[in-house]
Parts: sequence; structure tokens; C-alpha cells
Amino acid sequence: MGRYILRRFLQGIPLLFIISIILFVLMMNMGDPIATMGGRTLTRPEDRLRLTRQLGLDKPIYIQYIYWLVGNDWAKVDLNGDGIAESSGTRHGILRGDFGTSLVNRGVPVIQVIAERLPNTLLLMIASEIVVIIGALLVGIYSALRQYSAFDHFLTAILFVGYSMPIFFVGLLSMYIFSVLFKRWGLPYLPTVGMFDPAVGRTFGQVVLHMILPVLTMSFVSFASYSRYIRSTMLEVMSQDYIRTAKSKGLPRATVLFIHALKNASLPIVTIVGLDLPFLLGGAVVTERIFAWPGTGRLFLDHVARSDLPVVMGILMLIAFAVVVFQIITDVVYAWLDPRIRFEA
Amino acid sequence: MESAADHIAVLTPDDLETPPISLRQLTWRRFRRHKLAFVGAVVLMMLFVYSFGGAFFVSEDYANFNDTTISLNAPSQIHPFGTDAIGRDILARTIYGGQISLLIGMTAVIVETVLGILVGALAGYYGGVVDNILMRITEAMLNIPEIFLLIVMAKFFGGKIPDIIFFGRVLSGSVVLIVLIIGGTAWMYLARIVRAEFLSLKERDFVLAARATGTRNTDIIFMHILPNCLAPIIVTATLGVANAILTEAYISFLGLGVQPPTATWGNMLDSANNYLESAPWLWIFPGLLILLTVLSINFLGDGLRDALDPRSRAV
Repeated sequence: MGRYILRRFLQGIPLLFIISIILFVLMMNMGDPIATMGGRTLTRPEDRLRLTRQLGLDKPIYIQYIYWLVGNDWAKVDLNGDGIAESSGTRHGILRGDFGTSLVNRGVPVIQVIAERLPNTLLLMIASEIVVIIGALLVGIYSALRQYSAFDHFLTAILFVGYSMPIFFVGLLSMYIFSVLFKRWGLPYLPTVGMFDPAVGRTFGQVVLHMILPVLTMSFVSFASYSRYIRSTMLEVMSQDYIRTAKSKGLPRATVLFIHALKNASLPIVTIVGLDLPFLLGGAVVTERIFAWPGTGRLFLDHVARSDLPVVMGILMLIAFAVVVFQIITDVVYAWLDPRIRFEA
Repeated sequence: MESAADHIAVLTPDDLETPPISLRQLTWRRFRRHKLAFVGAVVLMMLFVYSFGGAFFVSEDYANFNDTTISLNAPSQIHPFGTDAIGRDILARTIYGGQISLLIGMTAVIVETVLGILVGALAGYYGGVVDNILMRITEAMLNIPEIFLLIVMAKFFGGKIPDIIFFGRVLSGSVVLIVLIIGGTAWMYLARIVRAEFLSLKERDFVLAARATGTRNTDIIFMHILPNCLAPIIVTATLGVANAILTEAYISFLGLGVQPPTATWGNMLDSANNYLESAPWLWIFPGLLILLTVLSINFLGDGLRDALDPRSRAV
């Protein structure tokens, strides 16, 4: 098992390198980072040249990539533009944990910029994942047990609609219903924007209240696909011989359902939970934009718009890393749960 | 009294056997029995009639005509869907926006399918180093969540393509760009499917026979193997149209998609946030149209999957 995990991690490394190269090439045309860095005051061409040298943008792309990767403190760079490389570089490269500094918030390390926002996004993602799993298990199992009942048909239709819903439409609709209409009808209504009411401050209750709509929005689409999936795996398992055996032994219904059926049906569920991460992250971008939630997704959009390349690259690499690691975890957990799979390292 | 045996004896074998039905007829029969898929196909056709037929009743100039004195009017007799922030008629814009959204959906899928088939076929057929390189790239692309890749690519290629004239209409060049980007970020799943099909099909005897008679590799790939894996490609492409329409809506919603004045269902929703309370008609109508389109394509794809499944024995 240990060797298998190690091998999977070793396979992930070249993958991350390819991803970083693709992204780095794409970063080459993301607007004008120098204008971002200089702000409005930058008018003189000498200043532009100076900043270009400072950012290392005068170097060919492969040198830029190497500097980004392993830093340039071992090399001499030419800062004053006299053609002689005199001062040594200051960057350590991402392999040594240095993602560079943000151009928008000048001088702030990228890690710090991202770390400020990351907990907010994780809060949304974990909350919606919990809502999705619990909700989908309840709905999926219930409709599988009542296959072809009116409830099952109704649910299948609703889930198909949910599955086809654009996330922003779910977001706008839920905002309209639970905030605008509820307010109009004089009912208690939910807040739509931000993470807490500035007048009250960042208290636990405020954050929970502000989380309801974004979490609802983010979980809606995944909820639909999970429920459909759980329903079909439950149906498959319930027709197996060992379920008939368990029933004919006279085991209580709950035991058959939760110990025999659900345990086997949950195997494929593990894979979709693990592989759903990219979609959840994508949903987070749109959701955070709609609800003005101060998370990584909005950070990404804001900094793409302002060509803050180090931050954009940092977020993308963190995401790629998370996705690769989650795939490995999913594979390992799946193999660990399913005794039919044996590791051959 | 007659026995059942007498009856059977009278019937000739020709009466007993129904005439053989072709694969196409079989598929059609299976598809027709899938009621939801049929409904999906009909709704989809109506949406096409709405956006392409509607063009005979309202002109594009009218759809782009803005009159700020009537901005944000609620739905009324003159403007059944209301007007937007600068006084354009929403009904007319959903018609012309629908054309672009549907066109983007279909052309992006063509790009996606061509790329997916090429990568998948080359990787699956040649194997070895080619397979290794292509599949590593595919995997790398799959590991960056689509929306991030789209945003980065939209920014990368943005603002370069001039306006184009298409069937006498001036379209923002960003339409072509969006088609290429959506196609360029969605081919990976199809490539994997095609590769898997090729891996198993290339071991079959008919491929061996073709090779033995000296058929060129390109002919084996495109004339012999590819026609045998059309079913999954058709299903993936159909569902891909829904995905492409959704994707266009996402990036246009984020303001990085098709640029005005060219309308799409997606960019009509851009800045809908600001009018959530004051003008819900601004986002409800385009949103519903997107939902309806995606839903009917998903139903259609589901039905096609069942109908084209070679393992299915239902007639």
C-alpha cells in the first residue's frame, strides 16, 4: 500500500510540471502587469523598462519559467539596464515555497494574499459538500426504495432540471425568492451580499446567516447529479443476491439497508466525491461573484482582471495541486474500501 | 374443436418472421419509446424556430436599438419581456441572443469533436510514446478546473479578433474566439472515450485484414475504426452542445465572453446582479431559455444513449 501511494505521488509530479508549463505560457499574454504595478503614475518609458527588468520580463520565457520555478537568487540580474548583470536576484521560486509577491497589493507575498481568502472558500466548499452528501444520500436512497412511485418520478424530473441549471441562475433565483420576495411579503429574509453585516461585525451567527444562500447555490447542481448517481447504484445493489440472502435470513430492514446495501453502494460515491472537486471549485468562482463572498474565486477574478500574474499563477497551481492530491486520495480510499482491489506496486 | 397446433401449421415461415429491421430503424424505434427524449427533441426544435424564425418578425437593428428613455421598463404590451438598462427590447434580444448561443453551442462541439477524435484516435491507434505524450497533456488539461482554464484563455486571446460578417450580420469577433476556447477546453473527455474505443477495436480481425491488404494507416483510422465508435461520439457530442451553451453563459456572465452589442443568452445576464430586485425580467427570461435548452438537450442525449447502446436488446 505504501509503495502504491508513493508511486501515485511520483506520477503526479510530472503532471504538475506539464500543468505549470501550460499555465505559464498562457500567463504570457494576460494584459499588462507593468501598468498594474506602476499604477496611474507610470508615464515615463524609463520607468517601464526598469519595472520590466525588475519583474524579469525582459528575459526569454524559458528563463522566466526557470526563475519562477527555482528562483533567481543564484543568478545575477541586470537591474540598472547597463547590460551588465550585477545584482543577485531575490526570488526563491515556488519549489522553495516562494510564489512571489502580488502586483496589486504591492510587496505582499502571494501566499499571504491567498491565505487570507482561502478559509472563506473552504468554509463554503466544506459546508456545501456536507449538505450535498447528506441530502443526496437521503433523497437517492429514498427514491431508490420507492422505484417508479409518484415520488420517484417527481424527484427524477426535479433532479434533471437541477442538473441542467446554470449555477448563476440558481443563485439569482434563490436570491430573488429568499431575499427580495420574502422581504416584500414581510417574512424574515436572508442577506445576499458579503460575509457579515459590517454594522454587526463578524460574529458566528452573521457568517452562518450569510452562508445559507451561497451554500444552497453551490450544492444545488452537485446535489442533483449525486442523487441520480446514488439512486442508480442503490438500485443496482438492491437487486444483488446477497441482499436477497440477507432479507431471507430475516434480518431487520434497517440492517439490510444500511449495513448490507449502503456499504456496497457507497463505494462508487467515494469516487464522485473525490473527483467532483474541480466542479466545486468552478462553482465557487461563480457563487462568490454573485454573493460578493470574499473567497479565492473572487480573488482570482479580480486579479485576472488586473493582470496580477503571480497571484493568478499561485491560485491556479494550488488548485491543480489540490486536484491531483485529491485524485490520489480518492484512489487510495477506494482501494482501501474495496477488498477486491489489491495493490500491485 | 380446433387446437392451437392447427393454427400454427397453417402459418408459413414468412408469416411468422417479421421482416428484418435495419440498425437505423431499430435505433429510431428505441428512441421513439423514450418519451422524455422525444419531448426534448420537440422543445429543442421549438427553441430553434423561436430564435431563427423570430428573426423574420424583428430585425437585428431593433434588437440592438437603445433608447434610454425607456430603460428598465417592466414587461408590457409593446415590450412583452420588458427592456434592459439602456432601453433595448429583451424579447428581440433573446431571439438574436438565442441564435448566437445555439450557434456557439453547435460550432464549439464541432471543434471539440474534431480535437477529441484526433487526439483520441492518434493516442489509441499508435500507442507508445504518442499515446503517452497525448494522454499526459489530456490529463494535465483535465486537472485544471474548466472555468479557470476558460477565464485564463479568454484573457489570453482576448481583444485580438476583429468583427466578422456572417450571413450579412456583423458579429463581434469574440464569438469566434469563444467557440475556439470552449472547443479547446472541452475535448478531453471525448479524447479519452475515443482512445478507449480505439484500443479495443484495433485488435479486431477486420483491422488486421485491412492492414494485411496494405491499407494506409489514415484509412484504417478514419474509414475502418472510426465508423465503429460513432455511437459514443454522437452521445458525447449531443451532451456537449448543452455543456457548451452553459459554458458560454458562464464566461459571458463573468463578463469575459461575447462582447456587446452582439447579444447571447449569457451576456444578457451580465450585470443582472445589479438589477436583481428592480428588474427581475432582465435575467429571468434569458435564464429560463438557457435552462430549457440545456434540459431538452440533456433529455435528448439520454434518449440517444439508450437508443444507440449496442448492448441494449429492447426493440
